[in-house]
Amino acid sequence: MSRLREMHTPRAWALLGGAAILIAAVIPLVAPDYLVPLLGKFLCFGIAALAMDLVWGYAGILSLGHALFFALGGYGMGMYLMRSIAGEGVYRSELPDFMVFLDWKTLPWYWHGFQSFPFAAVMSLAAPGLLALVFGWFMFRSRIRGVYLSIVTQALTYAATLLFFQNATGFGGNNGLTDFKRILGASLHAPGTRRALYVASAIALVATYLACRFVVTSRLGRVVRAVRDAELKSRFCGWDSTHYKLFIWTLSAVLCALAGALYVPQVGIINPSEMQPSNSIEMAIWVAVGGRATLLGAVLGAWLVNGGKSWLTAAIPSAWLYALGGLFVAVTLFLPDGLVGLGARVRARLVARRAAKAPAPAVVPSGPAPTSPAPP
Amino acid sequence: MRHTNLVGLLLAGASVAACSQPPAAPAPGAAPAAAAPAAAPADDKGPIKVGILHSLSGTMAISETSLKDVALMTIEEINEAGGVLGRKLEPVVVDPASNWPLFAEKARDLIQNQKVAVTFGCWTSVSRKSVLPVYEELNGLLFYPVQYEGEESSWNVFYTGAAPNQQAIPAVEYLMGKKGGGAKRWVLLGTDYVYPRTTNKILRYFLHSKGVADEDIMEKYTPFGHSDYQTIVADIKKFSTGKRTAVVSTINGDSNVPFYKELGNQGIKATDIPVVAFSVGEEELRGIDTKPLVGQLAAWNYFESIDNPTNKAFIDKWMAYVKKNNLPGGDKRVTNDPMEATYIGIHMWAQAVEQAHSTNVDAVRQAVGYQHFAGPDGFDITMDAENHHLHKPVYIGEVKADGQFHVVWKTDGPIKAQAWSPYIPDDKGKIANWLYPWACGNCTAAKFGGGTVTASK
Amino acid sequence: MTPRRRQLVTLVIVAVTGAVPWSTAHAGHLPLNDAIDGLASASDDTITESVAKLGALDDPQAIPALDALMDDRLRQGADGHAYLWSPKTHDTLDPLTGKVVSAPRPLKEVEVSNEIRRVAAPVLAQLQLGSPDAAVRLAAAKELSSGGAGEAAALLHRALARERDPKVHEALAVAIARVDLGSPDAEARLAALEVIGKSANDDFLSTLQQMLAPGDNGAPREPDPRVRAAATRARDAIVSHQRFVSLVGDLLHGLSLASVLLFAALGLAVTFGLLGVINMAHGEMLMLGAYATYTVQTAMHGSRFYLLVAIPAAFLATALVGVLLERTVIRHLYKRPLETLLATWGISLGIIQTVRLVFGAQNVSVANPDWLAGGVELAHGLVLPWARVAVVAFVVVVSAAVWFILQRTRFGLEVRAVTQNRAMAACLGIPTKRVDALVFGLGSGIAGLGGVALSQLGNVGPELGQSYIIDSFMVVVLGGVGRLAGAVAAALGLGVVNKLIEPAAGAVLGKIVVLVFIILFIQRRPQGLFALKGRVEV
Repeated sequence: MSRLREMHTPRAWALLGGAAILIAAVIPLVAPDYLVPLLGKFLCFGIAALAMDLVWGYAGILSLGHALFFALGGYGMGMYLMRSIAGEGVYRSELPDFMVFLDWKTLPWYWHGFQSFPFAAVMSLAAPGLLALVFGWFMFRSRIRGVYLSIVTQALTYAATLLFFQNATGFGGNNGLTDFKRILGASLHAPGTRRALYVASAIALVATYLACRFVVTSRLGRVVRAVRDAELKSRFCGWDSTHYKLFIWTLSAVLCALAGALYVPQVGIINPSEMQPSNSIEMAIWVAVGGRATLLGAVLGAWLVNGGKSWLTAAIPSAWLYALGGLFVAVTLFLPDGLVGLGARVRARLVARRAAKAPAPAVVPSGPAPTSPAPP
Repeated sequence: MRHTNLVGLLLAGASVAACSQPPAAPAPGAAPAAAAPAAAPADDKGPIKVGILHSLSGTMAISETSLKDVALMTIEEINEAGGVLGRKLEPVVVDPASNWPLFAEKARDLIQNQKVAVTFGCWTSVSRKSVLPVYEELNGLLFYPVQYEGEESSWNVFYTGAAPNQQAIPAVEYLMGKKGGGAKRWVLLGTDYVYPRTTNKILRYFLHSKGVADEDIMEKYTPFGHSDYQTIVADIKKFSTGKRTAVVSTINGDSNVPFYKELGNQGIKATDIPVVAFSVGEEELRGIDTKPLVGQLAAWNYFESIDNPTNKAFIDKWMAYVKKNNLPGGDKRVTNDPMEATYIGIHMWAQAVEQAHSTNVDAVRQAVGYQHFAGPDGFDITMDAENHHLHKPVYIGEVKADGQFHVVWKTDGPIKAQAWSPYIPDDKGKIANWLYPWACGNCTAAKFGGGTVTASK
Repeated sequence: MTPRRRQLVTLVIVAVTGAVPWSTAHAGHLPLNDAIDGLASASDDTITESVAKLGALDDPQAIPALDALMDDRLRQGADGHAYLWSPKTHDTLDPLTGKVVSAPRPLKEVEVSNEIRRVAAPVLAQLQLGSPDAAVRLAAAKELSSGGAGEAAALLHRALARERDPKVHEALAVAIARVDLGSPDAEARLAALEVIGKSANDDFLSTLQQMLAPGDNGAPREPDPRVRAAATRARDAIVSHQRFVSLVGDLLHGLSLASVLLFAALGLAVTFGLLGVINMAHGEMLMLGAYATYTVQTAMHGSRFYLLVAIPAAFLATALVGVLLERTVIRHLYKRPLETLLATWGISLGIIQTVRLVFGAQNVSVANPDWLAGGVELAHGLVLPWARVAVVAFVVVVSAAVWFILQRTRFGLEVRAVTQNRAMAACLGIPTKRVDALVFGLGSGIAGLGGVALSQLGNVGPELGQSYIIDSFMVVVLGGVGRLAGAVAAALGLGVVNKLIEPAAGAVLGKIVVLVFIILFIQRRPQGLFALKGRVEV
């Protein structure tokens, strides 16, 4: 019980519950058909943003390769969807279409098993998680930090992009995996399925939020923040920073993969451009816009930036990139705490002004959001 | 903490509410101001909405922007002649920004939200494959103007670009023959995606059928945007020693420039090792130094340099449109094959609507087949009602220093497309025929009334 | 005879004797004239026939006309005769005399196809065998050695007999060897194989393989065992020469790639090493340099010397942009390298879009100036393009200049001081803020020069920088921060390794292997190859 109190005050729980009901129950009932996949996509981006916030806001690791985990989760789900339509593709073959036009006769070994949903679901999360674990262990063990880590993650995701763009790798190359028809027997084009996927994404978002909140308010979360702010000192205090960073890194990768796995059935296609470095950088900006180390801020940032993108690419396509670029610059220069931090600062100033006017003892304002991470 | 939560939640709620608004009206520019999402669909009064789904930003913008421009020009031309069924055509231009999922999203928006009667769009096969399920699900109509790899025929798509037997196979036959240099060895060089892969597969089977052995065929792929062709060109040189070699290039877009530059740098002339390209047209030549390319070949169904009155009128109309709307590039703008295909496609659709007295997709679809149009390529072009592909003539041209093509060979008349290549063993017996009794784009037996399939000429 | 009558008779005799040579002379020129006029016909078949006729006539006067035909410089006047076109002076010349004449307009362009060029090239070569210029004779001999008409054999022997230049002699011998290889006389074949083996010309490889391969009856096609032995020796010589040439070729390609990588990374090494700033807009500096080159080329109307103006122009333009960037945005973010990364990424998006709007989304064409076109043939089949040689030389000069600036000038001293101990340097009176801005400008300027080099080698489009940014980072990270030598060594290593792997594994796998190698290398040695303690701590 006290653990729950640690996570949120009762009032906050109530508001959170209300928002969850709104997002997960009310919206799917009232939203028009063509909006449901779009909103579902946004929910998945929210999950990815939470993962990014976890690893950057709380652990201070700016990963420019998280899009890779997102895409791998997506590919896992995509492979299941492709296997489920075996025999119904253009070539009426057991193999996916792209393997037929490559003249392959049998399924490669890494595709076996994906006709079963549980297996695919587990693999969507496990494979990226394993990759993250191995890669992270090597990285953190060598004490690679800061910009070097960012560059190395960028190299990893770039290499993976090149690999997946090749048709010979067996994942559909540039086309990726597409032409999905069904998931778990239900047609992907039916509005009912779409809403169900939306609800699943909403539930996943709420669950992810609660999980992240649980982690960051725990003792582990405090240690992670200590490692972020002063790694050397925390090592001298006895905390093995490698293990803590590795845990957060892997958890965040798995969450990102979850986002990707939910994203793919709603969008209908997964291809290697999802794992490009530029996608990872955009994830970072969602978090920066919303506010680092405030989980809600990350989700908020993701929604705002993507909503703006959908709107601006239609309204002013030629100026859209200026808006995005300008957002990057403005947020880093003027809003280091993001919008949530801005909101908190405004509120703090209002409270302070009121306190200065009133003769009564000053109300201690609840502290602003945690400061931006110190440089490594 | 709770205060930030409150602020955060409120903002979250507001943003979700904001996102629930339908996306704003599409791009201005050459398109007339499109109204807010119309509640009334294409009914009997008011303008007919026509969707234009081409990338205006991103990597494909280079190729696709001209298609948007020529589509707007054609719509303007039709409107000036009185419109269709007495109603004006209203273009709805959206920018999917070379992003494949965004293509599907915009396509859905065009059909369900904007309620367009038809869409003209897509360029890469990826974009077409990602919108195909949308058009089939919502029973929309798409006209696809770019040459592609075949192996497809959809109830909801009309293909105004070339299938492999209308471009690739005649080009290879030309190079095999005396006029083309009598090539005995072949280099199949392409960008790594479905169009070159499938085309090269078809070509390999075709070459086998002509008696060319596998050791005389070299197949190589490079990724999009690849720019260092030193090793590949050196390999081509080595491969070509002693036997007449020809290169069939399905390299896409940007990579063509460094490839041709490298050929020139290493001293390879078109008379030694001819290179025929399927993705290099007047528009691509506009941005590069043509010196190293002079004499290299391209195969299309249309060239700007074709000399006939219809083409001259088409080019004049286009240059006048460019001037009037101050399009970037000015008098350096050119016409090319996908632009001609777009032009033909829009006119055929308009004719079909007139004939069907309706914009209803099912009605128009029946009427598009059998349509005739005097194409700028100099022939009477017909749309095949069976497989939804245009009958197209084939031209092979050599690059000239001024970026135009000198036609060295052409077919006597338009040839019918084969959606399913007869050279691929898996495709044996496959038929694309949407008419009764087959009624399918991909089958070996008729859907209605049984009976065997007879191959159409 | 009366004097009058004598005059008349003399006149008649002179006239008749004068007329005969005149008429025969004229009659002798007529087929040549006709054939040359036939070259300007609209019908491909007529042109081919005329070329064959000129070959049979074997008259070197036809050379200018044939040369113009190959070069698209032949025009047909309204009178149906052929004229040479001079693109520089826009004059029409007589094909036989070369003098400027005024051809009746309108002129029709003669459209030449490869088929015609294939027929005309050997004929032109055959005629050029008698040219006084050794280079022309060499080219002609090479053209004939890669295949020509069989009747050329006698011609070749005649030319060989009177040839004095050793290189042309060798080429002619090879050309004759090609013809002799098909001779029924075994001795001739042996002699031909000697010549071929010595020349190690790999054009003959497949012919030799054919000779040694079993024919339809199971026995090798070549009946004489001595000839077979000679053919085997020749083939082995060619194969080993080919392998050697391939290896050298790969190394040279690697060097060329290394020079490109170094150009891309040098500026980044400067800014990252000395300022600790990760500039994601670095690729865009490359792109701006390339576009600056394009602008200069357009402004100078494609003059031969536009590069000389483009180099300083690109440097200044990008340096200015860099300084502007530093003063407005970067200077606020020094303590926060991760934020710099994000902010500069945003700026790069803006720069790309601006270029797209100003120049168009299309690629723009930057032509190599004529003194950079072509290449030098180091061995048969190995051509070293001048453009790439120039880029290598350029990067060496620029690297040396940067080293000089940093190690031997006052400014360089200040920079090094600020890098090592900012506070102390400030105390000693060094204007640290100005040094920061100038260093950033220098790094961006170097990237601009890299853009000039890239414009000569490949595409110029708004997204040019995006394809080089990752490579630049890899070079900098591998080479170690703060040391120029590190960047040079890393670029060299990466370029050569990439090109050595590529023939076996393909371009993509090669790149992936290199990336994985870097990731693993950073584990073992996070500070890179050569590390210097700078502002950025690892």
